Amino acid sequence: MLRFILKRILQAIPVLFIVATATFFLLHKMPGGPFDTEKAMTPEMKKQLEAYYGLDKPVGRQYVDYMKRLILHGDLGMSQKYFGWSVNELLANSLPISMELGLEGMVFALFFGLLAGILASLRKNTAGDYIPMSIATLGICIPSFVTGPILILVFAIWLGWFNSSGWFFPRDRILPAATLGLYYMAYISRLARGGMLEILNQDFIRTARAKGASEWRVVWRHSLRGGLLSVVTFLGPAVSGIVTGSLVVETIFNIPGAARFFVRAAFDRDGPMLMGTTLVYAVLVVVMNLLADIVSVWMNPKLRFE
Amino acid sequence: MPLLQVTNLRTAFYTRHGIVRAVNDVSFSLERGETLGIVGESGSGKSVTCYSLMRLIPQPPGRIEGGTAMFDNVDLLKATPEQLGSIRGKRISMIFQDPMTSLNPYMRISEQIIEPLLIHEKISRADALKRAITALEEVGVPDAANRIRGYPHEFSGGMRQRVMIAMALITKPELLIADEPTTALDVTVQAQILDLVKKMQRELGMAVIWITHDLGVVAGFCQRVQVMYAGRIVERAPTEELFHHTAHPYTSALQKSIPALQAKGASLYTIPGMPPDLSRPIEGCPFVPRCEFAQEQCKQPVALKGISPDHDTACLRVQKNEIVLTTNAHE
Amino acid sequence: MSAEFPTVTQHAGEIEPGHSLWQDAWLRLRQNKLAVIGGIFVAILTIACFLSLLIAPHAYEKTHFALGATAPSAAHWLGTDILGRDMLARTLFGGCISLSVGLAATLVSVIIGVLYGAISGYIGGRLDVVMMRIVDIVYSLPFVVFVILILVVFGQHIILMFMAIGAVSWLDMARIVRAQVMSLKRQEFVEAAIALGLRRRRIILRHMIPNVLGIVAIYATLIVPSVMLLEAFLSFLGLGVQAPMSSWGTLLNDGRMSMEEYPWLLIFPSVFFSLTLFSLNFLGDGLRDALDVRASKD
Repeated sequence: MLRFILKRILQAIPVLFIVATATFFLLHKMPGGPFDTEKAMTPEMKKQLEAYYGLDKPVGRQYVDYMKRLILHGDLGMSQKYFGWSVNELLANSLPISMELGLEGMVFALFFGLLAGILASLRKNTAGDYIPMSIATLGICIPSFVTGPILILVFAIWLGWFNSSGWFFPRDRILPAATLGLYYMAYISRLARGGMLEILNQDFIRTARAKGASEWRVVWRHSLRGGLLSVVTFLGPAVSGIVTGSLVVETIFNIPGAARFFVRAAFDRDGPMLMGTTLVYAVLVVVMNLLADIVSVWMNPKLRFE
Repeated sequence: MPLLQVTNLRTAFYTRHGIVRAVNDVSFSLERGETLGIVGESGSGKSVTCYSLMRLIPQPPGRIEGGTAMFDNVDLLKATPEQLGSIRGKRISMIFQDPMTSLNPYMRISEQIIEPLLIHEKISRADALKRAITALEEVGVPDAANRIRGYPHEFSGGMRQRVMIAMALITKPELLIADEPTTALDVTVQAQILDLVKKMQRELGMAVIWITHDLGVVAGFCQRVQVMYAGRIVERAPTEELFHHTAHPYTSALQKSIPALQAKGASLYTIPGMPPDLSRPIEGCPFVPRCEFAQEQCKQPVALKGISPDHDTACLRVQKNEIVLTTNAHE
Repeated sequence: MSAEFPTVTQHAGEIEPGHSLWQDAWLRLRQNKLAVIGGIFVAILTIACFLSLLIAPHAYEKTHFALGATAPSAAHWLGTDILGRDMLARTLFGGCISLSVGLAATLVSVIIGVLYGAISGYIGGRLDVVMMRIVDIVYSLPFVVFVILILVVFGQHIILMFMAIGAVSWLDMARIVRAQVMSLKRQEFVEAAIALGLRRRRIILRHMIPNVLGIVAIYATLIVPSVMLLEAFLSFLGLGVQAPMSSWGTLLNDGRMSMEEYPWLLIFPSVFFSLTLFSLNFLGDGLRDALDVRASKD
C-alpha cells in the first residue's frame, strides 16, 4: 500500500513538471499583453515594465528563472494586471474560498447523488426509479451556467430566500454549491444505481439472502462496498470537473475565488496569474486523484494486497 | 410428519420470448434426516424447484404460480418476510454451485461465516468468531484461526466450497439444500466435498437435498432419488431400486450416459435430441421426441403413478407394463 | 452467473430463423421508447436547423434596432433579441453551429481515441502499459483549463475550437476501444482465423473492426452531448464563436445577462439545448443497452 502511494507520488512529479513547462511555453506565445490595455505608455516606460517582469530576457532564461523561483521558493511571480500584488498573495486570498465552494459542491453531489442512486436501484423499474433517474439525466443535460441563473431567478429574485451573489453569509453558500454540484450529483446517482444493480444481481447476494439476511442487511453490509466502487473511481475526474465548474459558478455568483481570477486573467492576458493558477489547479487535481485512487484500492480487497 | 411436504409447485418465468414453465406441478416429501437426490439436465427445473422453496427466485421475471411447501406447519411459499428470515440460514441452509461467485469478494471470510450466527442467535462477536474457527476446522481448512481473516480470492475452489459448507452448517440446520456443489470443482476435490457433507450429515442428523446432473454422485450418497425432466418429476425411487429396476426411459438413458459405466474405446453415448422449449405447452410426455419407446398414446397427459410401494414413474408404457427397461448398473 | 435459470431452447426438429447480433440489437432499441423519441427528436431538429440555412441563410443576423427585444408573437415565434434579431432564426442557426461543432469534435475525438486505443490494445505489452498510463495521467488533469489557454493564445477560430474540444474528449473512447480490442484479440474466433491461415491485416479488417464499430458508435453518441456542453461552456466564458454568428452557448450567455428583463432570451435556447442533450443521452443509453449482450436484463 505504501509502495503504491510512493510510486504514484513519484509519477506525479514529472507530470507536474511537464505541465509547468508546457504551460509556460504556451503562454509565452500568447499575443497581446497586459500592457496593451493600459493607458498609452512611452517606450521607456514599456522597457522598464518589461525589465521588471523579466520579459526582456530570452525565453530560455525566463523559463529557468521561473522554474528556479518556483521550485526553490514556491514563488509564482508577480501579477501583470494587479500591479504590486504577487500571484501567491492573490491565490492565498482566493484559493481557500474556491476550495470551500468545491468541497460544498462535492458534498452536495455525493449526498444527494448516492441517496438517489441507491434508492433507485432498490426500486428498479418502478416510479421510485424512473423519477429520480430522469431528474438525474436532466442534471447532466442542463449546464451549470443555465441552472445557476435559473436558480438565482427563482430562489433569489422571485422568492427572495437568498442573495443573488456574494459570499458573505453562510446562506450564500447554498445556491452556488447546488449549482456546482448538480451535474455531478446526476452523474453519481447514475453510477451508484448502475453499480448497485450489478452487485444486487450477483450470486453472493443470493447467498446472503439464503442465510436469512434482511433486505436492509443485504444492502448495507453486502452491496454498498462493491456497488459504490464505480462512484469512487469517478471521484478523481469529478474533482477535476468541479475545478472547471467553479469557473462558471464563481463568475455567475460573483464569488471572489481563484477560478474567477483565472477567467479574468484569461481576458487580461495576465501571464503569471494564468500560469500560477494552472499550476495550483494541476497540483490540487493530482493530489485529489491520488486520494481517490487510494480509497478505491482500499475498498477493493483484490487490489489491496498486490 | 415429514419435514418438508411440497404439493403442486408451479413456477414460471415471464420473459420476452414467452412464459417459461420451469417447474410444472411438482410434489414430493422429505423426512427428517433423509437424503434425497434430485437429478436432471440443465433446464429440468431441479434447481428452480429448490430456489422456489427458499423464495430465492427473482420475482420479476419469475413467479411462483401455485402450490404449497409445508415446512413444520409453515407454508414456505406464502410465509411472511419475518418467518422466512427466521428459517433461511437457520433451519434450512443452502450451498451453491460456484463458490467463487457465491461468496462476497469484498468481505472477509470471518465476517461471512459468523453472519448466520449474528443474524439468528443472540451471541457476541467474539463467541461467534470462536465458533466460526471451530466450524472451519471441522470442514478441514488447515490453520483456520489465521486463514479465517482472509478474503475469498485467497482460497482455492475446494477450500471455498468448504467455507460455504461451514457457513451453511454453523447454525445446525434441519435441512441442507446443496445445488450442484461439486460441479465446478476438480474430480478429486469433488470426492472430498462429498465425503465432508456425508460426515456432517451423519453428525448433525439433518436432511439433505442434493441437486445434481450426475447420477454417479447420487449413487454414493442419497437414500432416495427423484429424476426431473422439463419441469416435472419423471421417476422417483430409493437409490438401489432406481438403478436396478429403472422405470423411465429418461432415467435409463441417463444411466447409459455415465462415462465410467461404458465400454472403453466405444464412442460415448449421448441422448439424441434436445430438451424441449418450456415456453410452449407440451402435450403428454415431454420426453417423447427423444424416447426410443415413444408411441401415439404417449402424447396424452401422464401423471406420476406408483408401480410399486415407494417407486413412482411418469412413463405410461411402464405403468402399463408394456416395456421393461434394461439397466447396466454394475454396482 | 450460474446457468440454473431456464433458457429458451428449440423444440427438436424446428429451427427458428436466427437473429444476427445487429438485428437483435435493433429490435431491442426499437422497444426502448425513450431512445426512439430521442433519436427522432434529434433527427427532426438537425433537419430543421440545416433547412433553415438553406431557406433563409441570413435571417439570424438581420437586425432591427428600432424593434429591440420583443416577447414571442405571431411575427416572431420566439421573440427578438436586443438588436431586434429574430430568435427563432438565431436559435436554429445556433443549433447548426452547436451540432456541427459537436459532430466535428466527436469525429476528432473518435479518430484519435480509436487509433490510440486500437494500437495500444492490439500491440499490448509495454507500449500498452505506457500508453494507458499517459491516459490515466491526462484524465486527471483539468483539461478545460488547457483548452481555455489554447484558445486564449491561438485565437477563437471555429476549427481550432472543435479540434481543441475533440483533443480533450478522446480519453474514454481510447480506453473502451482498447478494452474491446484486447478482449477480441483473445477470443476464439481470432485463433480460428489464424488457424485458417488468414493474415493479421485481414483479421483486423474483416473481423475486429465490425465488432469494435458497434461500441464506438455507442460511445460516440454519448460523446456528442458532452462536447456540446463544453462548447457552450466556452461560449459562456466568451471564448466561443464570434458575433454575429451564434451558437447555443453564446445565446445562453446573452440570455443569462438579460434574463430578468427578457426571460425568453434565455428560456428558448435553454429548452432547445437541454432537449437535444436529453435526446442524445437517451439515444446513447438505448444503444448501449441494446448492444449489451448480457440479455439477463429481462
